[in-house]
Amino acid sequence: MKLYQKDVLERIKALEIPFNKYGLDHFGVSQEHLASFFTLVKMVYRNYLSVSSHGMENIPTRGRVMLVGNHSGGVAMDAGMVLGSLMFDMDPPRLAHGMAEKFLNRTPFASKWLSRVGQFTGLPEHAVQLLEDERALMVFPEGAKGTAKLYSERYALVKFGTGFMRLALQTKTPIVPFGFLGGGEVIPTVMNLYSIGKLLGVPYVPVTPYIFPIPRPVPCQLYYGEPLYFEGNGNEDDETIEHYVSIVKESIAALILKGWSDRKESGTPPGLEAYLEENPYPQLSQQAKSSMEPVSQGETELSEPTERIPRASERTNSTVYM
Amino acid sequence: MKVLITGVSGKLSRMVAQRLLQNGHTILGIDRRPWPDAPKGVEMFNTDIRKRAAEDVFRTRSPDAVIHMATVTHFTARTNEERYRINLGGTRSIFEYSHKYGVKQALFIGRHTFYGAAADSPLYHTEDAPPMAVSTFPELADLIAADLFAGSTLWRYPDISTAVLRFCYTLGPSHHGTLANFLRGPRVPTVLGFDPLFQFMHEHDVANAICLALEKRLRGVYNVAGPIPIPLSTIIDVTKRTLVPLPEVIFRRALGRFGLPKLPLGAVNHIKFPVVIDSKEFRKATGFEHNFNEVQTMESFLW
Repeated sequence: MKLYQKDVLERIKALEIPFNKYGLDHFGVSQEHLASFFTLVKMVYRNYLSVSSHGMENIPTRGRVMLVGNHSGGVAMDAGMVLGSLMFDMDPPRLAHGMAEKFLNRTPFASKWLSRVGQFTGLPEHAVQLLEDERALMVFPEGAKGTAKLYSERYALVKFGTGFMRLALQTKTPIVPFGFLGGGEVIPTVMNLYSIGKLLGVPYVPVTPYIFPIPRPVPCQLYYGEPLYFEGNGNEDDETIEHYVSIVKESIAALILKGWSDRKESGTPPGLEAYLEENPYPQLSQQAKSSMEPVSQGETELSEPTERIPRASERTNSTVYM
Repeated sequence: MKVLITGVSGKLSRMVAQRLLQNGHTILGIDRRPWPDAPKGVEMFNTDIRKRAAEDVFRTRSPDAVIHMATVTHFTARTNEERYRINLGGTRSIFEYSHKYGVKQALFIGRHTFYGAAADSPLYHTEDAPPMAVSTFPELADLIAADLFAGSTLWRYPDISTAVLRFCYTLGPSHHGTLANFLRGPRVPTVLGFDPLFQFMHEHDVANAICLALEKRLRGVYNVAGPIPIPLSTIIDVTKRTLVPLPEVIFRRALGRFGLPKLPLGAVNHIKFPVVIDSKEFRKATGFEHNFNEVQTMESFLW
C-alpha cells in the first residue's frame, strides 16, 4: 500500500537520518510512513490551511535544536504545521520530533502511526535521546492546557512548563522560539468537555459552533525567531529556570505580535492582553536584553552565574553545530 | 578456567559451552534435561539446581566461574509454583554455593523484559530504569526478583565478581527463545493499531557476549543488545510469516486458539508497546560488537 506523493518521498529521502535497508532508523521512524504522513501534512499545509512560514533561516540546518512555541486549536493542528514547515520550507528538510500526549500512545493507530513518524510520548528520556542524536525537537510548554484555549482567548499564553528548559540546559541545546497564528481560528473552540473526555480517555473534547472539531480552511502564519542560547547544566534553582523560561515566553509573545501586525489586524491578539499588561513591550532580540537586568526586581545576583552565551551569528566556532 | 553452566542443555547454553570449550576452558554442566551428545570436555551432571547433588558439584569440582542460565519463563514452566522454585529458589542456591565454595566470577543471564512495556515507557532503557514489568506483565515478577537478587550479590558477596546481563530477545537458526516462540506459527497475531519495536540479536552474538563478559571479568548490571530494534510488523514480514492484526478485545480471546500462540494476558502489553534497551555501557566495558545486523539476524530465522 503506497499512499504518498513522489515528491514528498524525495524530501523524506533528503533527510539526514540514517535509515537502514527497511527504511527505518533506530527510533523506529519509517521512511514509508513518513512519506504517507507528510503527504497528508503537505495537503493541509500548502492547500487547506495555506500556512506561510517566516524566519526559517533561524532554524539550524543540522544539529540539536528545540523549537518552542505557543499551542492552540483544540487538536494540536499547529504541531502538524510546524512539522510541515521544517519538511517543506527548509532545504535540506528536517524532521521535527514532537512530544505527544500520553493518551495517544494508548490509542490504536495513533500509537502505531506516531511511533513510525517520530512523534513519541512526551517523556524527558525521549527528549534527551533525540537531542543527543542531534534531532530537532518540537515542544509546546503549555501542553494540553494550550490546545484547550477557547476562541476568545486563542492567543493567550498560559503557564509554561519548565522541564523543557532544564532539558535544553542539560543537553546544551539552542532554543528557537516560534509563534503560531491561526490555530485558534482553525478550530474555534467554544467549550471543552472534560468529563466526556475522561470517559474517552482523552484530556477533553473540544466543541466548536458547528459541534465537531473539524478544521476550517483559514490561512495560518508561522514565525520563527533567532535561536536563544542559555548556559547551565539543568540543575539551577527554580527562579533561574523560570527567568529563562520567561525570556522564551517573551520571544514567543513578540513573534505573535509581529505576525499580528503583519496581518494588519487591529487591536491586540485576543487572549494575549493579560500577558501584555505585565510585559507591555515583549522583545525579540535577546542581545538587547542580555545587558539588561533580569525581569525580577532586586535579584541582580541571579544573572551572574547564568550569563547567556552569544547568538550563533556572533559565535565564530559554534560547537553546537559541528 | 573451570566454568559451571546451569541450565546447560538449553539451546543457547550449549552454544556458550561449545564456545568456551573452543577457548580452552573446562565446562561443568548442570541440567535436569539431558544433553545426550555433549562434546568431550563437558562434564554433565543430571540434577536439579535445587538438589543436594548440585551443591556437590560445587564442593567436589570447585568451579572458578558460574554462568547461571537455569531460569524459566511461563512458556516452559508448567505451574507458577514451579517457576518460583526454579527462578527464586534456584537462583538463591546458586549464589549461596558460589560464595560457599569460592567461585570468583558469576554471570546471571537475565532478560530485557525486566523493564516492562507500557504506553508511557520510554525507548532505550538504561540499567537504572525501574523494573516496570512487575506491573505490565506480572508473570515476569519472579524473573525480575531473580535478576535483582543476583545483582544484590554485588554487595552481599563482594568477593565474587558478579555481572547481571539483561539480554534482548534472541533470534537465530535454532528457532529458540521467547520471540522465536511467538513467531513460530505461519500466522502471527498482533494487536490492531499497535506496532511496537522489537529488539533482538542473533544467538551467536548472544553466546559471544556471554563469553566476552566472562573473559573481561565483568562486574555490575548491563543491558546487552545488538542491532537496532525493528517494528513487529516488519519482523513478521521479513521472516515470511503472515500478520494477523486483531482488535485487542478479540486478540485476548483468540490467544491459544486457531493455531495462534498461547500467551498470558500480561504479554499483550508486550505486543502493543516496545521494550528497547540501551547497551552503551556493556559495549564500553567489553568492547562488544555484534556480528549479525538486524537484516542478517532476521534472515537467519526464515522458514
